[in-house]
Amino acid sequence: MSVWDSIRYAVAAVLMSIGAFFFLVGTLGLLRFPDFYSRTHGATKCDTVGAGSILGGLALLRGFEPDVLKIVAIASLVLLTSPTAGHALARAAYRTGLRPWTRRIEGGGQT
Amino acid sequence: MVVFLWGVAVFLLAVASICLYRAYMGPTALDRVLAVNVIGTKTMVLLVMLAFVFGRPLYIDVALVYALLNFVTTVVATRCFETGVLEGDWQ
Repeated sequence: MSVWDSIRYAVAAVLMSIGAFFFLVGTLGLLRFPDFYSRTHGATKCDTVGAGSILGGLALLRGFEPDVLKIVAIASLVLLTSPTAGHALARAAYRTGLRPWTRRIEGGGQT
Repeated sequence: MVVFLWGVAVFLLAVASICLYRAYMGPTALDRVLAVNVIGTKTMVLLVMLAFVFGRPLYIDVALVYALLNFVTTVVATRCFETGVLEGDWQ
């Protein structure tokens, strides 16, 4: 493996671990947040970043091949569709009457 | 490198199965749609990763179709929740 290959593999590994970390954080947000809206924003945002960086790492791993175009297409597709899906979910929830969760202010506590 | 790919793939599988908790417990039905969307994205990334591990570039096309399907499913589900009507023009 030439020097460039090892650099490429290292950067791909770092990108993939970053993506995996974001997936973990998104899942924790999905489980821990008190309200549907906070869950939606947490999960969809982290999904977009996680999928984008893992696919970027995989594209880098592959080097200059025709397959890389497909991976880049998937990555750009995810970057487009995941926020849209999040918006559609939040709008549907709001229009069907789900109000955001707010902590009651006892004696002017922070919200 | 393959071992690293296997590690990240197993990690993704574990994280996706954790999301099942929200799909099961989610108070509102839209929580379940959100959980399905999140699991779908993870499964799609897992599929692309398996394309590298098994050395079959065909899986990348399957992942592309799966990503599109996942998005369409979420939008149709939210449209059905919002208006209760599936055909007709979009609001």
